Amino acid sequence: MPEAISRETVEKVARLARLALNDAEVTRMTQQLAGMLEHFRDVDALDLSNVEPLNQPIPLTNVLRDDVVAPSLDRDEVLASAPAAQDGRFRVPPIVGFEE
Amino acid sequence: MTDRSVAASSVNLSSIVATAEQLIDGWELVVGLEVHVELATKTKLFSASANRFGDEPNTHIDPVTLGLPGALPVLNRQAVELAMRIGLALNCRVQPCTFHRKNYFYPDLSKAYQISQYDQPLNVDGYLMLPADVRVGIERAHLEEDTGKSTHAGGTAGRIQGSDYSLIDFNRAGVPLVEIVSRPDIRTSEQAKQYVGELRAILLAIGASDAKMEEGSMRCDVNVSVHKPGTPFGTRCEIKNVNSIRSVGRAIDYEARRQIDLISSGGVVKQQTLHWDDSVGRTNVLRTKEDADDYRYFLEPDLVPLAPDAAWIERVRVALPSLPAARREALAKLTGQSKASEAVAIIVERGQDAFIGEVAQVGGDAARALIYVQQAFAEEPAVPRVPAGDVAALSLMERNAKVTSTQAKTLLAELVANGGGDVLAMTKAKGFEAMDMNALEAFVDQAIAADPEAWASYQAGEHKAIGALVGAVMKLSKGQADGKAVTALLQAKATVR
Amino acid sequence: MSPSRRTVVDVASAVANGSLSAVAVLEENLAAITARETEIHAFNLVTVDQARERATQIDTDVRAGKTVGRLAGVTIALKDNMCTRGVETTCSSKILAGWKPPYDATVVRRLADEGAVFVGKTNLDEFAMGSSTENSAFGPTRNPLDTSRVPGGSSGGSAAAVAAGFATASLGSDTGGSIRQPAALCGLVGVKPTYGMVSRQGLVAFGSSLDQIGPITTTVADAALLMEVIAGHDPLDSTSLPQPAPSLAGELGKGVQGMRIGRITDMPAGSSPDVLAQLEAAFDALRNAGATVVDVRMPSMLYGLTAYYLVAPAEASSNLARFDGVRFGVRVDAKDVNSMYGATRAAGFGDEVKRRIMLGTYALSAGYYDAYYGKALKVRRLIADDFATAYAKCDVILTPTSPTVAFKFGDKTSNPLAMYLCDVFTIPTNLAGHAAMSVPFGTGEAGLPVGVQILAPALGEAPMFRVAGELERAR
Ligand SMILES: [Mg+2]
Ligand SMILES: [Zn+2]
Repeated sequence: MPEAISRETVEKVARLARLALNDAEVTRMTQQLAGMLEHFRDVDALDLSNVEPLNQPIPLTNVLRDDVVAPSLDRDEVLASAPAAQDGRFRVPPIVGFEE
Repeated sequence: MTDRSVAASSVNLSSIVATAEQLIDGWELVVGLEVHVELATKTKLFSASANRFGDEPNTHIDPVTLGLPGALPVLNRQAVELAMRIGLALNCRVQPCTFHRKNYFYPDLSKAYQISQYDQPLNVDGYLMLPADVRVGIERAHLEEDTGKSTHAGGTAGRIQGSDYSLIDFNRAGVPLVEIVSRPDIRTSEQAKQYVGELRAILLAIGASDAKMEEGSMRCDVNVSVHKPGTPFGTRCEIKNVNSIRSVGRAIDYEARRQIDLISSGGVVKQQTLHWDDSVGRTNVLRTKEDADDYRYFLEPDLVPLAPDAAWIERVRVALPSLPAARREALAKLTGQSKASEAVAIIVERGQDAFIGEVAQVGGDAARALIYVQQAFAEEPAVPRVPAGDVAALSLMERNAKVTSTQAKTLLAELVANGGGDVLAMTKAKGFEAMDMNALEAFVDQAIAADPEAWASYQAGEHKAIGALVGAVMKLSKGQADGKAVTALLQAKATVR
Repeated sequence: MSPSRRTVVDVASAVANGSLSAVAVLEENLAAITARETEIHAFNLVTVDQARERATQIDTDVRAGKTVGRLAGVTIALKDNMCTRGVETTCSSKILAGWKPPYDATVVRRLADEGAVFVGKTNLDEFAMGSSTENSAFGPTRNPLDTSRVPGGSSGGSAAAVAAGFATASLGSDTGGSIRQPAALCGLVGVKPTYGMVSRQGLVAFGSSLDQIGPITTTVADAALLMEVIAGHDPLDSTSLPQPAPSLAGELGKGVQGMRIGRITDMPAGSSPDVLAQLEAAFDALRNAGATVVDVRMPSMLYGLTAYYLVAPAEASSNLARFDGVRFGVRVDAKDVNSMYGATRAAGFGDEVKRRIMLGTYALSAGYYDAYYGKALKVRRLIADDFATAYAKCDVILTPTSPTVAFKFGDKTSNPLAMYLCDVFTIPTNLAGHAAMSVPFGTGEAGLPVGVQILAPALGEAPMFRVAGELERAR
């Protein structure tokens, strides 16, 4: 089991999740996540070495659709509910800061 | 999933070794490619909106494409089939597979995760043979969805840096892609170019993609490293945005030189993602590996596993058309050309080899048919719209010296213009008749008599002088003489002396 | 209290045969809403005009002799995490405030096709994350049976709307108990169908491998009828089971003679005595009706809670990443797109949502996956294995739905773990993808209703409804 979660880790996770947390939130989150993860130590009592993970409850395979076009949504209707649009496109602030 | 890295390890010792001539100042180049191709489906990978390039922005959108709350993906059967075709054409094992979410934020990635294949891809362990019989391993060829497109506006127009804002078009979002990952088996930039060219030829032949690099339906990322032979691989850099076969060669040459110079001057290659700037012919750093993204891959709970059974795989396999390498070999054999010749490569790429085969099938002369195809059908990639029988008839007339090559060219143009015709009747109508040897010889003698100077210098070994004589015979015969026959006759006369 | 609630079955047949008008049914609901909604806050939005228009149309169709569907005039409240075309869908989150989806969820279309009348969109814990409906960005919902208490959650608004007579029935969504627990706390029937039985298309995802939509009703027969309408294969959901909706209405009268009812001998402790007493009474009732009670073990039940609180947040952290201020919903502007993401999501999501996104992001991130998410998936397998062993010996299992009756506001909000414990009996079903339902059975502390949970294996809806019918008769 990894060690208890640090403040730095919480800050890194917040960056990954794109949540701008303030200092008080980071402090509170560090405590609460530590509590949750501590609780998860309960499962250390279980021997899971030969257990297959279960991802999906009901096993289905090969669910496929035919390659047939359906009409597009109306662009104006969609862009009308966007925070910002221009020239038939969604407008966003400049894309920088991805190489942190 | 302890080691969650799927990429080939970069510390392997090379099993494929460059020849001495291939080394660059004693350094061995190691190249692997990741090629993304958009599949030629009607709809997107996980939804029914149209997969079409070049339309008005945001006109092929639906809740899935836009990643609207509540929207769910459903896999496109045709995309799976095309991906299987690619796998089988690349000699891969087609296997049961799953989809994962690759989580990262970017404005043109609508759901903030890309649905891709991770540790269980559809196609694994194949290879592609380069024309020069070099074998390039294919690690995997997996299905994934494309992103939308960002346009950067304001500031220095078109650039990310300094732009005021960006505009997003989701038409391309969700378009089916197959990512084909080669093993690091390539040792020269020339081989890399051949690899991309051959891959493209295969994709076109099997109808999986239109593979237009200039439109982005085929995109190359190139991994480059250098090392001394017999030592572990060097640290590799990944070059993004290499958008033509020529750029693949240039980018690799540039990057190899950069790395060799860097190491030679005591520097160390850092694992970086680079961007190829074709206009200035150099790579720029996009990002360094230290800030590697943490994609938090996990199994996509909205999709179920894909497990093509043996019967399905077999159906796709038997429906595969014959592949470019085999077709080039067959065409070369049929026409007496080298399988590495440009003519053979081009005709196969244009899909005209089948027509030549048909001409041969009905008894025509394949070698001449190849020339006709080059002459008359170079402009459009379409299959010639002339009955193979007519072309066969023409080729035989020429072979049997019933018409000259010049006359044949004229007749071919007429066949093309009329979509076929009775070659014999056309020959007669044009007054094209094979000249008998006596008539021809009479013209030749006439020409020699008219230009004794030219004849004398030809006899003295001045080969160029023959041109004036041949020209004169052509004039005398009103173009009906066969140039080759005239030359042969003149040669014979000169030798007999 | 609203003692004279109409049932789905009665309304549908009376409206269809013309003896009751759809408008009259709706106006009763609207009158109840006028009287008590300010106090209860069951709804984020009441769609009065659309509902009146729709009810009028149904009455017109009935008079014209047209076929009106199996739910003619039945008023339905929809949990506000189901997409309704052109009608605001908020998930009780500020980040979606004002968003009008351009499409309908499959369940919405199926209900509409059968003549249902939608009254409005009900309140929930933000993005269905909670067990009390106290986590709504638009304020809590109160329990109509005792307004000092919570209605349960996360489908608290849907349960309260039915309990208060604001609608004949409602739909909720259940990721770890979010239909069953509020149904229990409001004295109603709530069904969590087998995973894949009801389409998730148009349900705003929380935990994709756990979520199911289901009905909240006053009677078992109502739940059966709604299931018959909303269940069945949907080609727009890849996890939708490839089979038609089950026939359930016929099961209710069959009785339980010869059925084997499982009793978990190693059940997690912590349930209050009043709840346990009613569970015993339920076993007795079924025994009296000819069933056998057999002992089964669920050694990993408690670990289910632990696994759930990693699996659900992990999936949620990815599902909620699309709320990024680009294509829909609210944006907080900033100098560059990354700052915009951070500010938008920080301002748009409430504390509980942020907590779960953080936990889920952490559990999936490099270096922690195996220790947390990977392990949680293995625990999930243990739960499924425990159930498989148990169902070899019994047809269904009975547990409490909730360890307590409805609790008071603020009782558990300070401690997330205490709140999470509310779901200890409901969660294992979601992890295994099985069917389960809660039926009211007697009362406990302060005269508040107790819910008994019937657990059934995957596709075990038929025996589950048989038992539910028997418990309803015996209560
Ligand atoms: Mg890649
Ligand atoms: Zn890719």
